[in-house]
Amino acid sequence: MFEHYILLFIGAALVNNIVLVKILGLCPFMGVSKKLEASVAMAMATAFVLTIGSGTSYLISEYLLGSELFYLRTLSFIVVIAGVVQFTEMWMEKNSPVLYQVLGIYLPLITTNCAVLGIPLLNVQEKHNLMESLVFGFAGALGFSLVLIIFASMRERLEAADIPQAFQGAAIAMVTAGLMSIAFMGFAGLVR
Amino acid sequence: MLTAIWVMIGLALALGLLLGYSSVKFKVEGDPLVDRIDAILPQTQCGQCGFPGCKPYATAIASGEADINQCPPGGDAGVRALADLLGVEYKPLNTEHGEPKPKSVAVIDENVCIGCTLCIQACPVDAILGAAKHMHTVIASECTGCELCIAPCPVDCITMEPVKESPDNWKWRYPVIRIQPVAEHTTTNSIH
Repeated sequence: MFEHYILLFIGAALVNNIVLVKILGLCPFMGVSKKLEASVAMAMATAFVLTIGSGTSYLISEYLLGSELFYLRTLSFIVVIAGVVQFTEMWMEKNSPVLYQVLGIYLPLITTNCAVLGIPLLNVQEKHNLMESLVFGFAGALGFSLVLIIFASMRERLEAADIPQAFQGAAIAMVTAGLMSIAFMGFAGLVR
Repeated sequence: MLTAIWVMIGLALALGLLLGYSSVKFKVEGDPLVDRIDAILPQTQCGQCGFPGCKPYATAIASGEADINQCPPGGDAGVRALADLLGVEYKPLNTEHGEPKPKSVAVIDENVCIGCTLCIQACPVDAILGAAKHMHTVIASECTGCELCIAPCPVDCITMEPVKESPDNWKWRYPVIRIQPVAEHTTTNSIH
């Protein structure tokens, strides 16, 4: 049983990495990776939102939609995740100002991200139960964080590197992301 | 079909109510201390204190990062009011940040002005009117006398003119009551 969760965790975080293998959540991956501090805050916000989002959307799809209203999944997931995250943000601003300062602007930014919607939909597709959904969401977010932070550190180095003019800026970032994706293909076959 | 509509309406209503309730319940007031300090500062936005404006300086004072005696336009009276509000010892104005001057406004010599718009960009309160290659002028009632427009002017056509006392801006002087030592021999004569 425990082994099952470990496998699920590694599978979601490394083998089926949401950014580099499933190609979800590319906008924060390219957009918020210019500075390391910003990317760390973004990674934490994503982990938070994804875990909460997986849990709530599992409850919604299981108890509210059932099998006959399955076509409302995408729509209701967006609404519920956005609402719940907004609520948590307000709660956090009141009760934990320190955490709010760290995650602050990134929480609403990540709310409507495709990775955040993609993971709950994958959860439904794979017929995960509540615990599995939570683990899958959190692991996916950790995978995202890992890749985002690695990428941000590389981009900080690239700032100082001597890059041919034609490759400067977004071009070298795209090439780097592609190489990283190839590197992550090495994990394929580790877990199913 | 009808169920789907009801489900979506129900979801939206529930989340709307939750968010509406929590925005009232978890309302966070801005730091009242910052606002009260900001009310004492002269709002010249001159930056002589080393902060980008009066509000950032007020925030820095409130968090204990800045001293209360860095505001030359506020003058001695300003430092006293701040010391009073914060319950700290009065200290003389730090002359590193500039000397207090009589309240003055900037005046543009309109014969010399070449219409370069540099002073317009420098003005923190939008008190300079004009367009590229057209003469500029200062709206005297908006000018805070911060002198930030003087340095950028390439033809040195801006001068500061003290505001003369007129029936419009005359006001009662604050009564100044000197603190008398209770007994001669107990006082240390540090301040004369």
